[in-house]
Amino acid sequence: MTSIDTQRVASTAVGPPAVVVWITSADHKQVGRMFAGTGLVGLLMGLVLAILVAFERIDAEGYQLLDTDSATQVLAAARLLLTFGAVAPLLIGLAVALVPLQLGARSLALPRLAAGGFWMWLTGLGLAVASIIANGGPGGGSAEMVDLYLLGTIVMSTGLIMTATSLATSVLTARAPGMGLLRTPLFAWSALVGSVTLVLALPVFVGTSIYLWVDHKYARAAFGGNVGVSDWAGWALSQPFTYLLAIPALGMVLDIVPVMGRTRLAQRSGAYVALGIVSLAVLATVTQTMVTLPWEGDTFLDNAGDKIADLLPWGLLTVIPLLGVLGVLGTSALTLKNGKPRVAASLAFAMHGLLTIGLGVAAHILGSIDDVGVRGSIFEAGTYVAITFGSVTVAFGALCFWGPKLWGRRIPDKAALPLALLALLATVLGSIPYMIAGFAGQPGAVMDGFAYEGPQELWNSLTTVGFTLMLLTSLGFVALAAKSFTGGEAAGDDPWDGQTLEWSTSSPPPADNFSDLVIVGSATPLLDLKSGASGKVA
Amino acid sequence: MLALPPAPSAPARRQVFVGTALAITAATTLLGGMLATWLQFRAVAPLRESPRRGLIRDWMPEKIVVPEVATNMMLIGLCVVCVMAQWAVYSAKRADRTHAGLAFGITALFGLMVVNAQVFTWTQMGVAADDGAFHTMFYAITGTMTLLLVVGIVFTAVAAFRFLGGRTKELEVVSASALYWYFITAAFTAVWFVVYVQK
Repeated sequence: MTSIDTQRVASTAVGPPAVVVWITSADHKQVGRMFAGTGLVGLLMGLVLAILVAFERIDAEGYQLLDTDSATQVLAAARLLLTFGAVAPLLIGLAVALVPLQLGARSLALPRLAAGGFWMWLTGLGLAVASIIANGGPGGGSAEMVDLYLLGTIVMSTGLIMTATSLATSVLTARAPGMGLLRTPLFAWSALVGSVTLVLALPVFVGTSIYLWVDHKYARAAFGGNVGVSDWAGWALSQPFTYLLAIPALGMVLDIVPVMGRTRLAQRSGAYVALGIVSLAVLATVTQTMVTLPWEGDTFLDNAGDKIADLLPWGLLTVIPLLGVLGVLGTSALTLKNGKPRVAASLAFAMHGLLTIGLGVAAHILGSIDDVGVRGSIFEAGTYVAITFGSVTVAFGALCFWGPKLWGRRIPDKAALPLALLALLATVLGSIPYMIAGFAGQPGAVMDGFAYEGPQELWNSLTTVGFTLMLLTSLGFVALAAKSFTGGEAAGDDPWDGQTLEWSTSSPPPADNFSDLVIVGSATPLLDLKSGASGKVA
Repeated sequence: MLALPPAPSAPARRQVFVGTALAITAATTLLGGMLATWLQFRAVAPLRESPRRGLIRDWMPEKIVVPEVATNMMLIGLCVVCVMAQWAVYSAKRADRTHAGLAFGITALFGLMVVNAQVFTWTQMGVAADDGAFHTMFYAITGTMTLLLVVGIVFTAVAAFRFLGGRTKELEVVSASALYWYFITAAFTAVWFVVYVQK
């Protein structure tokens, strides 16, 4: 029987060169670090392109740096890099690196599938980005490069599906003895929920991309050629798909908060449910349904039956995921109220990120009401920025929190805390002015030739400043993390007085994670042990 | 180091089987999404008069004829594959290498037969990929189905090599490959009905 979590990995005195090890490694910590590292590179690239787009929107009289065609392609590249090149690899990579440690397992389940998934994702993303640079992508002028873009997205998404399959299988099958599903750490639980939703949603994107690729390559008869790429596959770069990618970020927050609050998580059962119901957004994603609320003011009661029939799917697909996010927010706030929170960068990043994800999800609900009148406007970009930047901010917090476990060294709080504040400012400036401009009528798809009442240059300038601040924050964080993790202060095995199993092994962990496998009897075995309660199953 | 109670040898957990089930879930939504898009396009196709069936949707061009014997044989062949794959599981559980080997061989052979029948169908139908919406979507959906079939054949080959190579205790891979063939048969039934029967 295949049971990789029972065998220790034999160490060898002389190994292959480091590069070969990195390329061929199926060690989940290595694969996770590669995912997260390339995610940080993708984030920096995506932010540079997003700044270009935001800058172009300041002066609506004409283009300064780009032209009509390249502006559309740069916008597509920015979204692709921020969604699939930054948020997805950062969160999935951290899950790959940390979830087996949280589960008390020696390895990820199907580790070669996860490693293969990483290389497929990287290859596909590289092809897609290269094709956009060579005049491909949505709206691209080179037919061959548009084909290559579509092929790249298929390969990239297949890689993510492979890794998500490995992650979900790990949580389902590789938990330590005594760790039932409702005793899994909340980050691991969120990784399960997020992975399963990706396994459900991403194949639909792959199927659409296959249709687009074959149609674009041979006939351009069904899907509108290069322009149709955005119409048919653009949903994967927008809400509510971004919710699905953000689910692991919510789990990260729920693991960081009680440790940094020096208490137990309040309403733990509710937190499992909250994370679960965020995944309902997968239905809205898979069905590609844009649900609207036909309010119609005074006439609402005239056709109340029909209106309520419209309200039900809207409530299920759009409002309930927000309730999940609010549940996470409420649980976190209650936990911090009950505890004695310490001033830590990880907590600041996590809470800022959670708040901005909540802002984005709430704004998306508002945007889905037809009567609000922001459909097709820049408002959608504001919600996208809030969720994307929020997810990235939480990932920074997770790196501050779990970085010591993965690298054995810690990021100094004094240096990271200002970056957390800067990230909050960047997200507020990057998202809210777009939301306001959306109400004023600024279109989302074009970068020039629009005019509306109000200080349109101000809103777009503020957004540009916000994106620039996020780029500076990210650059600062990457530099700080690189310096700290290579030559910073040694962290020790349990620097934060942790509650879950990953803190019971050395930092960084050995190749097979734990010297001995253990039995757990609760969701917080280390906390129980430290507080004197028995962690043993009766 | 904190002293949590040590665990005995971890119980065997069916990682390959669970992973295969998740992969099947992904493949189901892949094909489900593609079939839904196909049905959406067909539903909005213009109407035309058919000599045999009256007013119908002008989706599959009139001149194209589906070789029904080949497509029906594909479906029947996949049903046989399911039986053979289950026979492989049955034999493997009894460590009967001879019969397991025979079952693996027939499974792979029938899988190849179905792929061959698909290629024959493409040739016989003579659908030119650059002719229109039906044409590109036909190749996209049947091509994806064929790719999933090939994955099944490779999966069976891996299971066979592992079992016949001496890893006779590792039955999980054999069971997982059988599960995959059940999925392929169900998925092809849906594709067969929507693409070749309903047209």
